[in-house]
Amino acid sequence: MENENNNKKIEAYTGPGWVLTTLEMFMNWGRQRSPWPLPYGTACCGIEMMAALAAGYDMARFGAERPSFSPRQADVLIEAGTITKKMEPILKRIYEQMAEPKWVISMGACACSGGVFRTYSTVQGIDTIIPVDVYIPGCPPRPEALLQALIMILNKIGKDHPYYRFKSELEGNL
Amino acid sequence: MIDLIIALIKVVGIWSFTLGVAAVMTWVERRGAALIQDRPGPNRAGLFGILQPVCDGIKLFTKENIVPEKADKVLFNLGPIMFAIPAFSAFAVIPFGDRIIIGGKEILLQISNIDIGFLYIVALGSLAVYGVIIGGWGSNNKYSILGGLRSTAQLISYEVPWGLALLGVVLVYGTFNLREIALAQQGTFLGILPNWGVFHQPLGFILFMVAAYAEANRVPFDLPEAESEIVSGYHTEYGSMKLGVYLFGEYVNITTLSALTVTFYFGSWHLPYINMASFLGDGTIIYGIASFLIFCLKVSFFLWLFVWVRWTVPRFRYDQVMKLGWKSLIPLALFNLFITTLFIQIKYYIGG
Repeated sequence: MENENNNKKIEAYTGPGWVLTTLEMFMNWGRQRSPWPLPYGTACCGIEMMAALAAGYDMARFGAERPSFSPRQADVLIEAGTITKKMEPILKRIYEQMAEPKWVISMGACACSGGVFRTYSTVQGIDTIIPVDVYIPGCPPRPEALLQALIMILNKIGKDHPYYRFKSELEGNL
Repeated sequence: MIDLIIALIKVVGIWSFTLGVAAVMTWVERRGAALIQDRPGPNRAGLFGILQPVCDGIKLFTKENIVPEKADKVLFNLGPIMFAIPAFSAFAVIPFGDRIIIGGKEILLQISNIDIGFLYIVALGSLAVYGVIIGGWGSNNKYSILGGLRSTAQLISYEVPWGLALLGVVLVYGTFNLREIALAQQGTFLGILPNWGVFHQPLGFILFMVAAYAEANRVPFDLPEAESEIVSGYHTEYGSMKLGVYLFGEYVNITTLSALTVTFYFGSWHLPYINMASFLGDGTIIYGIASFLIFCLKVSFFLWLFVWVRWTVPRFRYDQVMKLGWKSLIPLALFNLFITTLFIQIKYYIGG
């Protein structure tokens, strides 16, 4: 339901515009079927990620083919493995180099919370550096878990509103 | 006026044909890779994932358009355009069928029947390198410039055997006109073989195919975008639809090269041993359509060959590529040219 503040806007009387919602549906349909991953494997989770990309599990079924090693071309950052303090600025930079819209999967216990490496040298969870969309527990998680995370990302893309995302960004800049 | 309308229809038709083939090729490549690697491949968008190129297009069009701060803005934006234009333009002189005669008016199934078609093709082939090197230079990125330089060296090296191999065919048929080359391939050669370029020039054909894979920057010659060495090569900094144009231009290049292979070496629209024009009637509409379909069938085989080779052969090392180009292909191409000239001379003196 619309809240009080939105009542003054014209869409409160006419309902959401047909043109924009259809365009959003169309964009989401395309984005949902073409999430190019950026593999960022730093530890054993990377091996499981490779298994998920290979023949047995085949992430390419969902369009997640063509692993883009250039962050400019990727949509989903799959962070698989331990992030040390040395690696922290690099991961942050890679994330910032990715083009909007972008999503992040934090794969494995080390990426989610630092895992067993409760030391001075390890980042205690990558969500202290970059925003994360889906966490996968496990040490390392099986490829099925990565596939489920990808499907969760796809569902999240389906509920996205590209127009409002753009608009709020515009207002934030003004 | 009527000529102008016919020309316009042909231009728009071929334009959409190449675009459509390139779009379908991205799907064929991904499903073909899946077939060879024993996995299902993309199958979520439409039936058998046939709408995958559409999804990729929508996603690339709606992605953020990043121009790096330190990049040369003009060259960065010019790169994909310079890459796509030669790829599309080369199709203008390739005959995609015989002719249709309507009301005494002859319509050639070819956009432009120029006498220097061969030179035009070779010139545009070397022009394609500018898109790559400008994109690599304009990005102001280490990996991009390395990819661009590699591509330049590779294309210049393989342009030579490519052109020399084609020159053999030109010597055999005695014309630069692509339509006349296609017409000359009717009938039989030595009584048993079809009169195709591949039987006149078997060595030339192999050289041409090897050089064509290098021209298209395809595996095993995809040095300019070697992922394990230089991230994505010349298009490392490109995102959104500019990347899409680069990827798309590659498939347009492949289509053009396949069409060239068919025109020069596989008898264009001719079927072996059958003279279609005699029993379908020269110049009828059904003959025009049939010749176009035969041409498409042959082209699609070579398109599939590109995919097949890509997922079968590993990548060359850089020095191996150069060694193969300069030490093997160019001497062989010169040898092929020499032998061809010799045979033509002998035939000339014997036959009078």
